[in-house]
Amino acid sequence: MEFAAKRRKNHKNKSDRKRVRMKFGVVQFPGSNCDQDCIHVIRRVMGHEAFYLWHKDEDLQGADCVMVPGGFSYGDYLRCGAIARFAPMMTAVKKFAAAGGIVIGICNGFQILLEAGLLQGAMQRNRRLKFQCESVHLRVEHASGPFTCKAQEGQVLRIPIAHGEGNYFADTSTLSELNRNGQVAFRYCDGMGKTTDEANPNGSLENIAGITNRSGNVLGMMPHPERASESILGSEDGKVIFESIISWIMNHGTGRKESVVLSKG
Amino acid sequence: MKARIVVTPKKTVLDPQGKVVANAIQQLGMQCVSEARVGKYIELDISGENLELTRQKLDGICKDLLSNPVIEDYRLELEK
Repeated sequence: MEFAAKRRKNHKNKSDRKRVRMKFGVVQFPGSNCDQDCIHVIRRVMGHEAFYLWHKDEDLQGADCVMVPGGFSYGDYLRCGAIARFAPMMTAVKKFAAAGGIVIGICNGFQILLEAGLLQGAMQRNRRLKFQCESVHLRVEHASGPFTCKAQEGQVLRIPIAHGEGNYFADTSTLSELNRNGQVAFRYCDGMGKTTDEANPNGSLENIAGITNRSGNVLGMMPHPERASESILGSEDGKVIFESIISWIMNHGTGRKESVVLSKG
Repeated sequence: MKARIVVTPKKTVLDPQGKVVANAIQQLGMQCVSEARVGKYIELDISGENLELTRQKLDGICKDLLSNPVIEDYRLELEK
């Protein structure tokens, strides 16, 4: 009897786990090249559901979280992300974000979210005018919200960057607004968590590596957590961001329902 | 009609490319050059006659697409 009860309990747990599988939609633009890495991490490492969202479509297919991946959308013509922001899928992503949906933009995805006005500021060429491809250290500024709730404040993550235009700029008033509202998610730092100029790979103002919007449901970051989520790749530090998103949605729900209502209207 | 649009980094924004270009010019013997700003030049061929309406529409395009108002200024010239 006891064994059977235990088995039933285990079975229940298993089906519970199955039921709470998150759905991650990964937007695909012509020139996206980190889309498959995102899908891989969500499916194989995190064990959740992931599918592509084609840039010409407008249906988020019930995604709980939208990922705008890295790459060179539209060949980075004109400015990084300048053309991608007009894609039909971005209209859906904007509605989703406005309804509180969780959106994460990585690298080129960050640039697209800036161009789309979902995040404040702009990207300039790296101060050394070079494409920087290296492992950097990031300091977690706040251990709260959808993207860092499973991290520790001040925790140092080692995650690679790979970009030519990651030099974050915002005017003085925007910058102080970001600081005041706790919208700076990550800063480049040294291994000890100090935000020195040497640890700043691209010249970003105040070593900013990632920011959120005012309500905290949209994150843009230049480093690639999807490239640092398995020990075989040299670092698992990026995983904490995906763990945070999953845990946050489990506890707080998602903006999905509201966005469905919005798109019907 | 022909439109000529020049997009340059804002004065308040540090232009790393411009800095390197200014340095190179100085190294070539023109120390009198104190600053360079590197931008973009866009030329458009446009059909139609209404100069004012085209200018209004192009202004919107310049703000939305051709320049990023956070870091760039633009200058629009339109002629028949």
